[in-house]
Amino acid sequence: MTRTEFWQGNTACAEGALAAGCTFFGGYPITPSTEVAELMAAKLPKKGGIFIQMEDEIASMASIIGASWTGARAMTATSGPGFSLMMENIGFAVMTETPCVVVNVQRGGPSTGQPTMSAQGDMMQVRFGSHGDIAIIALSPATVQEMFELTVKAFNHADKYRVPVFLMADETVGHMREKILVPDSVEKIGRKPFVPGNPPFKVTDPDLIPGFPTFGTGQHVHVTGLTHDERGYPAATNPPLHAALVKRLVDKIENARDEMADYDIVNPEAEQVFVAYGGPVRTVMQVMHDKKDKNVGFLRIRTVWPFPEKALLEFKNAKRFLVPEMNLGQIAREIERHVTVPVVPIPKLGGELHTPAELAAVLEEKA
Amino acid sequence: MRHEIRFSGFGGQGIILSAVIIGRAAVMYDNKFAVQTQVYGPEARGGASMSQVVIDDEQILYPKVAIPDIYVIMSQEGFEKYGASAHESAIMLIDSTLVHSRPKCKYIEVPATGEAKATLKVIVANIVMLGALVSATHVVSEESLKKAILDSVPKGTEDLNLKAMQLGLELGKQP
Repeated sequence: MTRTEFWQGNTACAEGALAAGCTFFGGYPITPSTEVAELMAAKLPKKGGIFIQMEDEIASMASIIGASWTGARAMTATSGPGFSLMMENIGFAVMTETPCVVVNVQRGGPSTGQPTMSAQGDMMQVRFGSHGDIAIIALSPATVQEMFELTVKAFNHADKYRVPVFLMADETVGHMREKILVPDSVEKIGRKPFVPGNPPFKVTDPDLIPGFPTFGTGQHVHVTGLTHDERGYPAATNPPLHAALVKRLVDKIENARDEMADYDIVNPEAEQVFVAYGGPVRTVMQVMHDKKDKNVGFLRIRTVWPFPEKALLEFKNAKRFLVPEMNLGQIAREIERHVTVPVVPIPKLGGELHTPAELAAVLEEKA
Repeated sequence: MRHEIRFSGFGGQGIILSAVIIGRAAVMYDNKFAVQTQVYGPEARGGASMSQVVIDDEQILYPKVAIPDIYVIMSQEGFEKYGASAHESAIMLIDSTLVHSRPKCKYIEVPATGEAKATLKVIVANIVMLGALVSATHVVSEESLKKAILDSVPKGTEDLNLKAMQLGLELGKQP
């Protein structure tokens, strides 16, 4: 059963988190993500959860990592400047295999840039912003409905893969209000149970994910950002151990690329193919609707990282991939790595969504 | 049928709330689709505030307003910044107490602020404009507007707001 609501994207995100059983929010308000924190502050304590406004985003990220180790589904929400501050502890969460959800409602950067305007400029930062070789999961919503659904999915992925999962929204989707069908309940995939007595970071399953030894459930665990052995103890000068650990942390995500790929394909026989995620999806949908041209295809991506590269190969007749993004061509560059035909970035800076006319004009250009 | 409605006035008049109420009426009670967006800049705090709603029978793809077909203008600065360029085919509801310019398109003068001040309270001028908007354009039904207003206004102000809506319905009536 569902009920109809007329919600802002950020409201849907917070409600999705509550539906998913989030019990801890640590954050520092920043436009255009503030409504997420605002709603969590109002609702979480009434459900027995904890909301903490931290002193900054470094501490916010640290707080959700700590909360996660007590077994809580934990999240924070921010935008560009705050996201930059979170980078160090994001790496710590990756290294310590801590499930957590980070919402980034993207605004114009660099620096404090455009607080109230839309952008997708952090798509490479989320992938590579924290130092060292890392792998993470990033989802991008294009509707208020997806703000809800992908927040739920983010918690499930975080618990399943023991990794920070990012909801890479943008101001357009975060601030718009529209119709949403809210389900009575949502699917919750918990963490893999831990067998006390085993070394806490020992991996025996082919998915490369260790069971989660929740604090206070009978196992003493040492959690460190240093390279560590199966017991969790530092082993930072052991070259093969470091290599194996980092490779496993990356492989547990990369190996699940197809399993978590979330995308839609329209007109797979087309020669011109739009690829979009987040806000620009809406403009492409409008152009597809107006043109009704079988020769224009569309790959709509929800799982941006790990990038669902196989989806590109389904467009066997593709002569060009057209990639509208509210940045200077970040995911366009990723697409270039996977295809042999030209990839045409359609960058838009300034804070506004591409218009249908702007995208239709690119279709008319000679290849 | 897609309608694109733009509201503008000054910060504090309830321009954003007006757009949210219309969108809510369409989605929750008329079984339609709606997307509401707004300008968030510092100008929204005292300067010209602007909010927009798209209403459609079908799912809304492109969420932004391109060429509004309906305007609700409640301040002179709002008119100059967001209303003066209205397309000739549009219809504009003007708070004639506060706006002295007139557009090239068809317009309806609604003395919302003056009437609200004289008979109710000035704070409900935006609800008067909503009543006028609905009786002039029928973008949502009167019943849905009423329900959405009751959902959105503070407890204890329901009667005042419904009176404001009723006043607007009368003022917006077209011969």
